[in-house]
This record gives sequence, structure tokens and C-alpha cells, in this order.
Amino acid sequence: MTGEAPPVLEARNLVKRYGSVTAIDGADFEVRAGEVLAVIGDNGAGKSSLIKALSGALVPDSGQILMDGEVVKFRTTLDARHRGIETVYQDLAVVPALDIASNVFLGREPRKRGFLGTFLRQLDKATMRAQSAGYLADLKIGITSPSQSVETLSGGQRQGVAVVRAAAFGKRVIIMDEPTAALGVREAGMVMDLVRQVRDRGLPVILISHDMPHVFEVADRIHVHRLGRRAAVVNPRERSMAEVVALMTGALQPTDDERNGGI
Amino acid sequence: MTGSASTLTRTPSPTGRDWVGITRQPFVGPLAALVVAVIAFALLTPTFLTPYNLSLIGQQSIVVGILAVAQTIVILTAGIDLSIGAIAVLGTIIMAKTVADAGPFGALLLALVVCVAIGAINGSLVAFVQLPPFIVTLGTYTAVAAATQLYAGSATYPVTSKVLTVLGRSFGAGALRTTLGVGVLVVTYLVCLYVLGQTSGGRHVYAVGGNPTAARYSGITTNRTLMAVYIMTGVIAAIAAWAALGRIPNADPNAFQTANLDTITAVVIGGTSLFGGRGSVMGTLIGTLIVGVLRNGLTLVGVDNLYQNIATGVLVILAVAFDQVARRRLQ
Repeated sequence: MTGEAPPVLEARNLVKRYGSVTAIDGADFEVRAGEVLAVIGDNGAGKSSLIKALSGALVPDSGQILMDGEVVKFRTTLDARHRGIETVYQDLAVVPALDIASNVFLGREPRKRGFLGTFLRQLDKATMRAQSAGYLADLKIGITSPSQSVETLSGGQRQGVAVVRAAAFGKRVIIMDEPTAALGVREAGMVMDLVRQVRDRGLPVILISHDMPHVFEVADRIHVHRLGRRAAVVNPRERSMAEVVALMTGALQPTDDERNGGI
Repeated sequence: MTGSASTLTRTPSPTGRDWVGITRQPFVGPLAALVVAVIAFALLTPTFLTPYNLSLIGQQSIVVGILAVAQTIVILTAGIDLSIGAIAVLGTIIMAKTVADAGPFGALLLALVVCVAIGAINGSLVAFVQLPPFIVTLGTYTAVAAATQLYAGSATYPVTSKVLTVLGRSFGAGALRTTLGVGVLVVTYLVCLYVLGQTSGGRHVYAVGGNPTAARYSGITTNRTLMAVYIMTGVIAAIAAWAALGRIPNADPNAFQTANLDTITAVVIGGTSLFGGRGSVMGTLIGTLIVGVLRNGLTLVGVDNLYQNIATGVLVILAVAFDQVARRRLQ
């Protein structure tokens, strides 16, 4: 699985400084087709800055971001979204009072054809519901009715709606930023299941997580971030959890292959 | 979530009716309160449930009712507008003072431009400077109220223009007569009901109020939504000013002193959450009618005006308490 698949999204030598603080210090990054790449690192290692650069939420001072080998520039999150990169955030980024279909299509609502849509800007709710029902059926999150309001859902199901939205519109890469941080154990397990389902449909997933068991459960490769840059990329089948934690804190040195991100 | 929160337990609608999704807000409680109030006053006094009196309640609710639509949408974005009543009063003075020179349509246009400009100032300060709406509109309320007094020279202006007072014209058959102003009130509600329930702009209003972060993540330009909402309050304030001259053809800088708080009362009683993102203009219409029925009915029964204020105040606190409890239950 690893090694042969071509990189979909890459970053080379990214740098971002805030005054005297260097948040990203020459970081490299690579996610390949069809894999779950976990990104781990201690608090303050700069993983969120790296992820923000990849999702367009932050513009790096220097360095390159590439998609399919071509240099791209993300000035806003919309730029990244237009390129097919969708992000799921940790803090349950859904609107409670709206129904599932409205949440799935939030910000890109389809309008009816003809006069009603063009001049009266009327939403095409039938399409929104039908397509949402299809997305819900694709990913098994245990909800069937897209007209259910999101506030009636559990935390895990709400995050499920966010994943459904990302998977529906993310054509190239899904970024999940601590998607289980706000969830209980059982619900987090459900979200991990969704991560696998999305990967199995061919979309690469970048999973930022603090939860080592989860990371080892779903990741194909693990990107270890330390001191603002990539310290290593490791194979979870070759390294133990204790070793990965040691790499993260600098207690253990990576092999040359791991350091170069070559595995 | 237990069955006891019956108005809040949202089950998927079996008919799949689409607008139910948003409007399935807790206005069932307010509606029940309205029905109880109507029945109670009908039993207490024979003059209450007459066509004349019901039409009177409608007319008395026009200005607050129209302004309350705008207030609802502002509150849905988790904001509040303390200035909208004062803006409408300024609108009436502008219409009355400029009609001689600018003509009735010129006067309407001038008032509209000024009201929209003040709304845009509120909107820019809330959206771009990111000041709390309470503070911004408290400031504009104070400034606009004072400017109105200066501009009016503390005088009142009788209005004779047919165009400016047309909304006071009555229509209907027999005892069932009402004014064009009531028609404007109904149209304002229908338009806002459509925009909130049937357009993406309406979805964005709920999103900006319900979870601004999620709205931004979803690519909604929250600043543009907020600007649009506050500009809309200016438009509605101008409409309310026009309707006010139809009701009483005399522009008075001291009129409608309580209109602003009355709009907030109507919105809150109608079940819209002051925390944003939850509520409906249907609820506000019911809230407006509850306030109107309560004031009218208590007057007919012979209860002093001040006791009416106490009753309204208690009602507001009950409504907010209900909202708080409901929110806690949902979290």
C-alpha cells in the first residue's frame, strides 16, 4: 500500500513566522492516494499551523504546496476547497438548529431551476434532501432522515454529519483535525470507522490526532511533527506506540528513511 | 431529551414538508398562550371578540409588528437592535418635514436612504469592527434619538399628503374592515418568512447566529450576511415609519418611545432565542399579537396601563426562562 501510490498533496520547506515565533520551520509533508496519514506531535510542535497551511487557513511565508506535483497557492480556505480539499474540525462545526440536509449543503446550497431559483433564489430542498440521504446511506452513521435537525443528534452523529459533508464535496483530500477530541469513547470509535470508510472509497485522509490507539488503529503511515517540522514518517506496523511517542518527544532518533519521509 | 419537552423534541416530519425543518421552532407554546388569552378576554368582556376590536388590535400592532420582523432576523444572528424604533421615528420626521419640498415620493425615498444608512452604520460596526451589537445599537439609538429631536426642533408635524398617509386607508366589507397598513404588515411577514425559510440567505442567517465558526468554515461570508441583515433593518424601519404616518398622520419625535423594547418583547415571547440561531418570524407574529391582545384586553377589562406593563414584563422573563431551560436540555 505504501511506497508506490503517488503523492496527492505535498508541501516542501514551508515556513511561517509570527514575529519572533516560528510556527512552521521548513516543514515537508506528503499524503498519498488512498491512505490514511496520521499527523501527530506534541502540543506546540506546529501541527495545527501545518494543517492550516494545507487547508488554506494560513498563508506560509515561503515554501511550496503541490497537488499532483503541481504548485498551488491557497490564499483562503475557499481556494483549498475549490481544489477538492475539505476539512473536518474538532469542535463539531455544524449548525444545531438547521436540519442535516441544510448542514451538508451549508454555504453551497443548490437553487431551483428557472424563475424560482434565478429570480426568487429559492432553494432546491428536494435535491438537498435526496442527495443528503444518499450521502448518509453511503457512510453508515446510523441516521436515515436528512430532515432531522442536528441538535437532536449525539455528538458522534453530529461529527458524522461533518464527515458526510466533507466526503460529499472533498474530491481529493479530507483533512480531519482532532475529529474525536470532543467525543466519548464509543462515538470516537464510530468516527474512526468513518475515517476507514472514506479511505476505502479512495479518498486520502489526513488525520490529526492525539489519540495513539486511534492513530495505530487506522493510519497507514504516521507523520511525526516536532519543533515546527517533520521529524519522521513511520510505518505503524514497524514501530510501537512507545517508540512513536519517543520520536515525538525527541527521546528516540528516526532511521534515515523515516527522517527523509521515504517509507 | 425526554418526552416532557414536547415542543422541542424534533422528530423527522413524516410528510417531509420542507419548511417545517426551520419553522418547527417552539412557537406552539406561544400559540397556545395566544389562544388562552383570546378565550379568557372573550369570556371576560363581550366587546373583545368583535370584528371592530380585532381590527383595532391589528392596527395597534402595525408599527411594532413590522419592526419586530427586523428585530427577529437581527436576533437570529445572535445580535440585537436597540435603535430600530428610533430610526423609524426619525423616518417619520424626515417624511413630514421634506414632503413640501421633495414631494411625497421624494420624502419616502429620503427617509429610506437615511434609515438604510443608519442600518449600514450599525452593520459595519458589528460585522467589520466586531463590536457587540448591544453597544453599537445603544450608541446609535442615543445619537439618532437626539438627532431626531434637534431636526424636529421639538415640534410635531401634521401630515396631510395622501401618499404618506395612504397606509391608514381602510378596506374590507361590512364590519370586517382593516387598513392597508395591516396589509403591509402581512406582506412584510410573508417576504421575511420566504427569505428565511426558502433561500440560502435565510440558511446563512441561522448559521451565523447558531454557530458562526461553522458558518465561516462552510465558506459563508459572515460579514456580508450581517451587513445585509442590518441594512434590511433600515429598510423595514422606513416601511414602519410610513405605516406609522398612516396610523397617526402626525410626525412626533416623542412617539413610539417603547416601540423598541416592544419589538424585543414580541420576538422573545414568540420563542426566538436571544442567543441566536433559533426562532422564527411566525413566532414573532404570534408574540406581537399576544402583546397586542394582552394590552387591548386588559384595557377593555379596565386594568391600568402600568399593570399592563407589569404583565408584559413578567411574560418576557417567563419566555426567556423557558428558552434557557430548553437550551440546557438540548445540550
